[in-house]
Amino acid sequence: MALYFLKRTLLFFPTLLGITLITFILMHSLPGDPVANMAGERASAETIARIRTMLGQDRPVALQYASYLKDIATGELGRSIYTNRKISDDLLQKFPNTVKLALVAMLFASTIGIGLGVFAAMKRGTNWDSLVTLLSVGGISIPVFWLGLALMLVFAFYLRWLPPSGMGNGSFLYVIMPAATLCTFSLSYIVRITRSSMLEVLSLPYVAAARAKGLTERAVVLKHALKNALIPVITLIGLDLGSYLNGAVLTETIFGWDGLGRYALDGILKRDYPVIMGVVLFGAVIFVTMNLLVDLSYHVLDPRVKEK
Amino acid sequence: MLNNLSIKDLSSNTPALIAVLLLVLLVLTAAIGPFLVSHDPLAMDLDSLKQPPNRAHLLGTDSKGRDILARVVYGSRISLSVGIIASALSLAIGIFFGLIAGYFGGKVDALLSQAFDIFLAFPSLLLAIGISAVMSAGLTSAMLAITLVGWAGFARLVRGITLSLKEQTYIEASRALGANPARILYRHILPNALPLILVAGSLRVGSFILLEAALSFLGLGVQPPTPTWGSMISLNRAYINSAPWMVIFPGLAISITVISFNILGDFLRDKLDPRMQV
Repeated sequence: MALYFLKRTLLFFPTLLGITLITFILMHSLPGDPVANMAGERASAETIARIRTMLGQDRPVALQYASYLKDIATGELGRSIYTNRKISDDLLQKFPNTVKLALVAMLFASTIGIGLGVFAAMKRGTNWDSLVTLLSVGGISIPVFWLGLALMLVFAFYLRWLPPSGMGNGSFLYVIMPAATLCTFSLSYIVRITRSSMLEVLSLPYVAAARAKGLTERAVVLKHALKNALIPVITLIGLDLGSYLNGAVLTETIFGWDGLGRYALDGILKRDYPVIMGVVLFGAVIFVTMNLLVDLSYHVLDPRVKEK
Repeated sequence: MLNNLSIKDLSSNTPALIAVLLLVLLVLTAAIGPFLVSHDPLAMDLDSLKQPPNRAHLLGTDSKGRDILARVVYGSRISLSVGIIASALSLAIGIFFGLIAGYFGGKVDALLSQAFDIFLAFPSLLLAIGISAVMSAGLTSAMLAITLVGWAGFARLVRGITLSLKEQTYIEASRALGANPARILYRHILPNALPLILVAGSLRVGSFILLEAALSFLGLGVQPPTPTWGSMISLNRAYINSAPWMVIFPGLAISITVISFNILGDFLRDKLDPRMQV
C-alpha cells in the first residue's frame, strides 16, 4: 500500500506540470492577442509594448514558461491588471468563502442524496423509484444559474423566507439558497450512485444471510448494507467537492457571494487575464489534489482494491 | 448491437418516447421555427417593454421590447448547433487519439493517456472559461472551448474499449493476415466500439449544451444582440422579480432540451451498453 501511495503521489506531478503548461499556452499562443485585448482597441503601440515588457512577453517562450513555473512554485501568480493586487492574496482571501459555501452545499447534497438514493433502492421498480430517477435527471439537466434565479424568485421575492443575495455577515440564512443551488448537480449524482450501489450490495450473499437471520428490512439496509454501499458514494463526494468551483462561478455570481467564483467572473468581465488564469490554475490544482486524496482514501476504505 | 434497438423498445419506455418527441420538436423549431414566428428577434419595440405573456407576444417581451418567443426560437439554433457540433468534434478527436493510444500501447499510450488526464484534471467550466476568454468571444470560441473540454473524456473511453477489443481473436487473425493497423482500427475495432461511443456521445450532448449556456451566461459565448438562451437569462436577470418571464422561458428551453438529451442518453445506455445489462 505504501508503494501505491508513493506511485500515485508521484503521478500527481506530471499532471500538475501539464496543467501549468495548458494555462501557460492559453495565456500566450492561442489565436487572439490577450495583450491587445487587454489594452483595448484604442491602445497605442507603445502601451502594448509596455504591457508586453511588464508581462515579460518579449523573452523567448521557453524562458517565459520557466519563469512562470518558478513563480507558481513560489506562490506568485502575478497581479491583477486592474487593481494591481497580488492574485495569490486575492485567491487566499476569497477561498474561505467558497469553501464555506461548498461545505454547506456538500452537506445538503450528501444527506439528501444518500437518503433519496437509499429510498429509491428500497422502493425499486415502483413509481417512487421512477420519480427519484426523474428528479435526478432533472438535477443534472437544469442550468444552475437559472435554478438559482428561480429559487430566488420563489423563496426571496414571493415567500420572503430567505434573503435574495449577499453574505449577511455569516448568517446561515444567507448560505441556504446558494448552497441549495450549488449542490443540485452532485446531489443528483449521489442519488444515482447510492441507488445503484445499494442495489448491488443488497444482492450480495451477506445481506441474504442478514435477512435469513430474521432481521427487519430496515435493519438489513441501514445496519448492514449501507456501510458498504457508501464506499463509491464517498469517492463521488470527494470528486464533486473538487469540482464545486465550476458551479461556484455561476452560483456566486447570482447570489453575490464573495468567493472565488465571483472573483473569476469579475476577471472575465474585465478581461483581466492574469486573474482568470489564476483562478483556472488554482481550481485545477484543487481538483487534482482532491482526486489524489480520493484515490488514496479509497485504498484505505476499501481493502479489496489492490494495486494494478 | 445497434440492431437490438427497435421502435418497440422506445414506445414501451414512456420517458424516452417523450424525450425523443421533444427533441424532434426542438430540431423542427431550430430548422423552420424562425420562418414561423411573426416577430423579429432583434426588433426593439419601445411601446411594449417588459410585457407579460399576452396575445401579441405569447411569451412576453424583454426590457428592450423584443419578443421572447422569437428570441427563444432563434436561440435554439445556437444551443443545438453548438451542442451537436461540439459533440461531433470532440468525439472525432477523442476517437482518433483513443484508438491510437489503446491499439499501440507502450510509450504512445503512456504519453497520450497523460495528455487525456491533464485535460480531465481541469474542472470543465473553468477550462472552458480559460479557453474562451483568450479568444474573441463568439460561436467559434464557444465551440472550440467545449470541444477541448470534451475530447479527453471520449478519448479515455475509446482507449479502454480498444484495449479490450484488440485482444479478441478476430483482431489477432486479421493482424496475422497482414492487415495494417489503420485498416484493423477502421474496419474491425471502430465498428465494434461504436455503440458504446454513441452512448457516451449521447450522454454528453446535454452537458455540452449546458456548458454553452453557462458560457453565454458569463458573456463568453455568442455575443448580443444575437439571442442565445444563456445570454437571455444573464441580460435579464436583474428583472427576475419584476418581470420573471424574461428569465423563466429561456431557462425552461434549456432545461427541457437538456433533460430530453439526458433521458435519451440513459435509454440508449440501458439498451446498448452490455456492461449495464445485469
